[in-house]
Amino acid sequence: MKKPEHLIYLDHAATTPLDPRVLQAMQPFFSDDFGNPSSFHALGVRAKDAVSEARETVAVLLGAHADEIIFTSGGTESNNLAISGVIKRWQGEGIPHVITSAVEHHSVLEPLMSMDRKKEIELTILGVDRTGKVSVEDAAKALKSNTVLISIMIANNEIGTIQPIADIGREILKWRKAHASLYPYLHTDACQATGFLDLNVDKLHADLLTLNGSKIYGPKGVGALYVRRGTKLQPFFIGGGQERNIRPGTENVPGIAGLAKAFELVQADRERESARLTALRDKLAFGLLQIPKTVLNGHPIDRLPNSVNISFIDIEGEAAVLYLDAEGIMASTGSACASASLDPSHVILATGLSYEGAHGSIRFTLGHSTTEADIDKVIEVMPGIVKRLREMSPVNLDMKYFS
Amino acid sequence: MQDPIAKATNEARKGDVVAPTKEKGWFYTDTVKEHFFHPKNFLEDEASYGEAYLGMVGSPACGDAMKVWLKIEDNRIKDFKWKTFGCASAIASTSMLSVMVTENGGMPVEDALKLRPQDIMARLGGLPARKVHCSVLGDKALRSAVNDYYRKTNQVDKIEVEAGRIIDKVLKITDHDIEEAVLEGADTLEKLQQRTKVGTGDPSCIPEVEQLIRFYKEKYFGA
Repeated sequence: MKKPEHLIYLDHAATTPLDPRVLQAMQPFFSDDFGNPSSFHALGVRAKDAVSEARETVAVLLGAHADEIIFTSGGTESNNLAISGVIKRWQGEGIPHVITSAVEHHSVLEPLMSMDRKKEIELTILGVDRTGKVSVEDAAKALKSNTVLISIMIANNEIGTIQPIADIGREILKWRKAHASLYPYLHTDACQATGFLDLNVDKLHADLLTLNGSKIYGPKGVGALYVRRGTKLQPFFIGGGQERNIRPGTENVPGIAGLAKAFELVQADRERESARLTALRDKLAFGLLQIPKTVLNGHPIDRLPNSVNISFIDIEGEAAVLYLDAEGIMASTGSACASASLDPSHVILATGLSYEGAHGSIRFTLGHSTTEADIDKVIEVMPGIVKRLREMSPVNLDMKYFS
Repeated sequence: MQDPIAKATNEARKGDVVAPTKEKGWFYTDTVKEHFFHPKNFLEDEASYGEAYLGMVGSPACGDAMKVWLKIEDNRIKDFKWKTFGCASAIASTSMLSVMVTENGGMPVEDALKLRPQDIMARLGGLPARKVHCSVLGDKALRSAVNDYYRKTNQVDKIEVEAGRIIDKVLKITDHDIEEAVLEGADTLEKLQQRTKVGTGDPSCIPEVEQLIRFYKEKYFGA
């Protein structure tokens, strides 16, 4: 991949550039093989074949069957569809119970909290420990006779912490066996983990799994939802029967071809790239933690190979991100001022860090383009930026509150 | 379409978020950036300001906190030093305020008290709507320092108690502030918070804030 000149892009958890090989895989389906997969003529057949091939590719990578893959418009739609689909389709007595965690993406938490407010569901939000991990025991204890769904992400988008999904999955299997029930289903959001972890759905014991193109050097606006055979979902859209009627609408053929290609490429290189980035990640974290009054957010070891999130106490994240940007370094913050919401990152607050600490958090997420020279540059400029902003800041908090 | 990562423009290198469809930054004006990257009058040697008049507002928990040191001679503001914990617009608006009250031989204290957040914003060439609360803090920190001046110079009669009743104790937001915000269209708690951050540092005031929103909505819009 072509290396951006001068600029150091460390925001790969937000989105990734398109891999040229992915672009190549998508190219034929814009103007040449532009047919509608539902058409019977030659162009239609070519488009249909492309979608089938992509579905097969995605299925094989997940250890699944092709008919278990539903293409969508992205991570948000996949998460919404999994959650709403299961809840609306459920036909038991009373209202359904759902379990999730406090560090989920907004596209999981918001629909659930909205349904909870409207008394359409009963919701358990599991807390996390200081490293951002959900406890398997807590999850198992929360199971009830009306629990229909557990939705927990594989790895967190802000702090990178990896959750014990397979262990939670085993608890669910035990519960279903003991209660001779089809429910609850396990849904997991794999958007951030796709390039780094083994996503075999049988090893994870997942019934539903969310994928997204734009975090894996694929196109934006396309995603997929794995739906285990027998898992009942109520669709959002009503239309012409595409995607087994779970997600009707003319298929985004170039997007689907691109998603499959991107998924294939990152999974093929998964172990090597993970090892390379883990070394860079640890170097960056170690270097930045030499700055006084800093705290690493996320799990020290069970963390995505590309994720470094650090709170710089006494300064505000957005200001630091803009100073970094002036140095050609692009990072991000979950702080209030940088987002439309006023509260600092719900993820970092959930780990027990105070509001003050959460406001000063900065996320660096590494990717294909990241080199050791990039990391050295960040380690070189960051102390000066923090020092300058601390000189400007009237705040001087005692570190005993952050241990 | 320009790829902002591969082909960054000089504009982007100056330190702004860049919309991929435009080469120009969309978030902050050049004046804001100038004051953010080269802030004027921030306090460097606290020791020589022990005698200065001190004002404070906000808390780091809400994401913004400001401290102001004033030196006043012949009723004119001769020196305005500050420290700010906050985002770029908080830093830039405090910096701009410090310039505004000390230029041309120093602003008379009474004039400085009449400065409104809008005046600071106008000099900055505008701020994104949801950043306005930052400059609101600037004028409040100034008022708080001027009150300290009145207290220390035996002009207690001049101390201006916040016009109205303080609702949010941390951000010093009054019922009057809420009234103004409702008049400008903030008719829900969410919209009011976007404008003022009310309740983020002092959540205990939220029920009262919601009641006030209803009250002013009925008063002005009859709904």
